[in-house]
Amino acid sequence: MTSTASRKSYGVKGAPYAHPSPTTTLKRARSAPYIFLLPASVLFLLFFALPIGYAVWLSFRKAHVSGLGLGAGARKEVWAGFGNYTEAFHDSELLHGALRVLGYGCIVVPVMLGLALLFALMLDTERVRLAPFTRLAIFLPYAIPGVVAALMWGFLYLPDVSPFYYVLDKLNLPQPNLLDGGPLYLAISNIAVWGGTGFNMIVIYTSLRSIPAEVYEAAKLDGATPLQIALKIKIPMVAPSLVLTFFFSIIATLQVFNEPTTLKPLTNSLNTSWSPLMKVYQDAFHRGDIYSAAAEATLIALATLVLSFAFLRAANSRNKQEEAR
Amino acid sequence: MPHTKRRRLVTSAVAVALGATALTACGSGDDSKAESGPVSLTYWTWTPGMDKVVDLWNKGPGKKDKITVTVKKQASGDTLVTKILTAHKAKKAPDLVQAEYQALPTLVSNDALADISKEVGDSKSKFADGVWQQTTLGTDAVYAVPQDIGPMMFYYREDLFKKYGLKVPTTWEQFAETARALKKKAPDKALTTFSANDSGLFAGLAQQAGAKWWTTSGDKWKVAINDAATQKVAKFWGGLVKEGVIDNQPMYQPAWNKALNTGKEIAWVSAVWAPGTLTTAAPDTKGKWAMAPLPQWSLDQDVTGSWGGSSTAVTTDSPHQAAAAKFAAWLNTDGDALNALAKEGGIYPASTSAQLSGAFSNPPAYFSNQPDFYTKAADIAKTTAPSAWGPNVNVAYATFNDAFGAAAKSKSDFGAALDKMQDATVADMKKQGFGVSQ
Repeated sequence: MTSTASRKSYGVKGAPYAHPSPTTTLKRARSAPYIFLLPASVLFLLFFALPIGYAVWLSFRKAHVSGLGLGAGARKEVWAGFGNYTEAFHDSELLHGALRVLGYGCIVVPVMLGLALLFALMLDTERVRLAPFTRLAIFLPYAIPGVVAALMWGFLYLPDVSPFYYVLDKLNLPQPNLLDGGPLYLAISNIAVWGGTGFNMIVIYTSLRSIPAEVYEAAKLDGATPLQIALKIKIPMVAPSLVLTFFFSIIATLQVFNEPTTLKPLTNSLNTSWSPLMKVYQDAFHRGDIYSAAAEATLIALATLVLSFAFLRAANSRNKQEEAR
Repeated sequence: MPHTKRRRLVTSAVAVALGATALTACGSGDDSKAESGPVSLTYWTWTPGMDKVVDLWNKGPGKKDKITVTVKKQASGDTLVTKILTAHKAKKAPDLVQAEYQALPTLVSNDALADISKEVGDSKSKFADGVWQQTTLGTDAVYAVPQDIGPMMFYYREDLFKKYGLKVPTTWEQFAETARALKKKAPDKALTTFSANDSGLFAGLAQQAGAKWWTTSGDKWKVAINDAATQKVAKFWGGLVKEGVIDNQPMYQPAWNKALNTGKEIAWVSAVWAPGTLTTAAPDTKGKWAMAPLPQWSLDQDVTGSWGGSSTAVTTDSPHQAAAAKFAAWLNTDGDALNALAKEGGIYPASTSAQLSGAFSNPPAYFSNQPDFYTKAADIAKTTAPSAWGPNVNVAYATFNDAFGAAAKSKSDFGAALDKMQDATVADMKKQGFGVSQ
């Protein structure tokens, strides 16, 4: 009572600053979210939008040299329009690289996710022993840096230093050349599968653990076998994490770089532009043409975006259809 | 009045200091008086032990001239070129850089290297003409001071050559015969390998055959990577790979090390720095190797190519170019500096007098069986053919890795791979706008 009275008295006295009018309160309330957003937006602009913008800008530029190109002022940066892009589109090496990565992805993604799902389901069964140890053992390769893993496997693939070949030789068995032709794809895929299965398994396993126990109880009361539970209950219920892991795997596949780059010195069959990202690296840091590299990088980013969103869309629409049913 | 006097002193001191900074900031380095104050320089290099050599300078001549040099250890070769160019874009390249000879045109065409002909021109006489010419790019300017060179030589397993009754080849024809003879006597062995992962080797072999990949006439470049001399070299090695008498696996990888260490490959066409590589690649065969001059294309010839070697250059971004040039000249011509470079960095100096100095009176430990190793090396170094580098050696080299790698793998035509190298190089130069004559 007293407080209302005193407040009123302020108003009566006519001191606008003492008693904020409704409009200023509204204004302040409206600006508050922007103030909260400010740090994130500044960081986003500085470390995300700006570098990307610069890369895109670079992709429309090119170096221009006059005459012999020696001495001061002989090299200038000029506008290139879509020149770098048309060139990238006509570059057969980039296309071949994309096709090679497609072949690699067709091996890696199904094998890796299939194994991850299988291991997760096996670990989730009731009568499994040594579960924590097995889980850790399968996950461990993920903790090993990609370059180290590729080096290790590379040494195992090289006939002259590999213990496997020594054994094969002693047993008089055929010794396939894993660093050439078709087997090369298997060799590179193997490194990715070895390193990535554990991570994907953990993602799937975590979502398996979050399925309420009542569901299983109900299934058991209905007489479902463990296999039926796995196929008809577990897999459909972890579908969202399968979509997620698939999504991550596609992106990782498009960006494959470590494994082929590390294996390259070991064999003549891997060239410097084996994958699109290797071509970007080659152009930027060996050929010294950052403009072409920027255009290629932009194209790869666009392709990744299109593919990922197309996949997410397809996955979502399927979910909706199922819900509608 | 003491008070006003002091004030005037302070003002003039500030003025002098400002003037000095302004002068040094100009960076022209013409006025040596501008360099009178203490100067500190940064040096990007990959030579091991360079900090110890630079210590000699900082405690000796550098202390007298108040020029202090700080070494920043870097990755070697192309990686450093990229880093220098990136730093130069931001106008922040270090004062001094190490650069391989074939990278000089690239750096100069990006305007990253300063012309130091005024400061180091007198050093010309200390180097072989063919070496010095690489730092001038055929102009009146001087863009670097030669540091080390890599004259090419033929290395072979003395014991195994004796065992299989092979003679050291003096011509490439004999080299091919030797490879065939060995394959006949020991089918599981090979004389050597053709490796596509180090373009410098092929470039050196082409140089020996008389190739001049980049030349200039007027304001146009002429690219002749697939000239007759290089074609000859490519066909020779391609033929041996196709015949199956030499190996086709890449160098510097575990399988190659093992082949050298176990005598599966019994020879290596390499350069003066080979002892260092062999020490780590084939430690068990120490003392069993010998060095001979490179085989020749015809009997009446005596030339070799060069593989590797680098120089010290001053960047255009340096505010103290004259001081930096002074250091570069000292580092690569002073007797003590070169001795320390040989001892600490294991380099083979470009300076002709240093090649026979104290540091090189004894053979490398790996070649203790060949006491005259360095006398022979100095004789071979004199026969180095001139080289001709252009502004996009990196493109030619990258294409070499891919095209020759594929050709070596499929044992197909090396001539076609060479044409690919030529086309890619010319296309890149045209794209960048260089004047290119056909």
